[in-house]
Amino acid sequence: MHDLLTNDLLMFANELWIARLALLKGLGVTVSISLLSILAGSVAGVGLGLGLVYGNRLLRLLLRGYTDIVRGTPVLVLVLASYYIFSTVGLDLGPFQAGVLALAVFCSSHVGEILRGALQALPAGQTEAAKAIGLTFGQTFASVLWPQALRQILPTWVNTAAEMVKASTLLSVIGVAELLLRTQEIISRNFMSLEFYFFAGFLYFLINFGIERLGKFVERKTAVPS
Amino acid sequence: MTKPLLEIQGLRKQYGAVEVLKGVDCTMRQGEVIAIIGSSGSGKTTMLRCINMLEEFQGGRILIDGDAIGYDEIAGARRRKGEKEIARQRALTGMAFQQFNLFPHMSAAQNVMLGLVKVKKMGRDEARALAEGWLDRVGLAARADHYPGQLSGGQQQRVAIARAIAMNPRLMLFDEVTSALDPELVGEVLQVIKALAAEGMSMLLVTHEMRFAYEVASRVIFMNKGVIGEEGDPKEMFVRPQTERLVEFLKSSSFQ
Repeated sequence: MHDLLTNDLLMFANELWIARLALLKGLGVTVSISLLSILAGSVAGVGLGLGLVYGNRLLRLLLRGYTDIVRGTPVLVLVLASYYIFSTVGLDLGPFQAGVLALAVFCSSHVGEILRGALQALPAGQTEAAKAIGLTFGQTFASVLWPQALRQILPTWVNTAAEMVKASTLLSVIGVAELLLRTQEIISRNFMSLEFYFFAGFLYFLINFGIERLGKFVERKTAVPS
Repeated sequence: MTKPLLEIQGLRKQYGAVEVLKGVDCTMRQGEVIAIIGSSGSGKTTMLRCINMLEEFQGGRILIDGDAIGYDEIAGARRRKGEKEIARQRALTGMAFQQFNLFPHMSAAQNVMLGLVKVKKMGRDEARALAEGWLDRVGLAARADHYPGQLSGGQQQRVAIARAIAMNPRLMLFDEVTSALDPELVGEVLQVIKALAAEGMSMLLVTHEMRFAYEVASRVIFMNKGVIGEEGDPKEMFVRPQTERLVEFLKSSSFQ
């Protein structure tokens, strides 16, 4: 019994060693997809949030439509749509680009909505006090509203970032060789599905744990004393 | 006679169909301390907020040192001034709010410094020195690096007053600054205002503190249903009110 377990572990270690490069490559692709889509999605999301709060009626209506449609669509559908629709109109995005675009779009709608909520939740008195000392709207936003909204959205933003890492697995469907697809390939060779799925899950957990710790750290650093 | 500091002529303000100010006329000289009293809904806070354009108004004019606030009249047509110009005009007045409205992510000193650095374009060191000076004047020198969340209501309000005064406004507007405070904290804030009044600061105070209005104000305006119901010397007005409404109001307020 004891020997059997040791034997299994040795076999897994051996297979892991054989698969190490494939796993590392997959991990690298997963991290790249996540980073790119979170970055692009957040930048676009900030623009979206600002438009949703401060845009004129027409802009707000358009952005509201975009946000609601994107948020109401399953991410997998966005990924497939991005991959297949752009190619039909002659814009040939590779699976990686198409996938990152879909995830960034999804991320932007969430970040935009989070920022809108945070800005609108700030008391009107904050803007009034800033106006009363003669700040212009730009100054008010930069010094008073934005720093407060940012602190407010940080925890939810970290949550969204973690969601993006998980959503990156969906790109395996359009053939992006990220961590999940690599894992599936490895399993199809050695049939150690339990071990390798578990290991992949562990790697995803590590990434998200890192993001969560980083978020907590930034939260602590920027916390307002009270 | 010198030019008045503040002139309000036929001020009208509507929220939709509801007319809140129905033609208010008022003149104020440099150094005057005017208390505005009246029951809630009489338009006293709205009037104050029109003076620094926190509220738009639909009719009449407000002049500070002869300069029309908020709107230009060109060939009879009324046009709102540009944002930059309105921001500049807002800095002519300082305002303290009922809810203090300190910026919670900034220390007391940073709250006071913000306008000095951004609006007055002062260097940080100079602004810091000035901010500390004003915090000292309101008795909070030791609290300069505390955040609003670490201060009591009375302390927060004093920081807010320092923030407004540091901008060196022509006129201070106080909007029920003690209404949100615990009774034992009211005194420290009123002390600060009293000291400013004694130094000749021009101020308009919307207040429910009748005793304070009686002691500090050089003139009292009683607002009633969107117009000035009665105005005059507090020593005279509180003792011999001329109108029925003021008699009722004084009876219902805590002043005796």
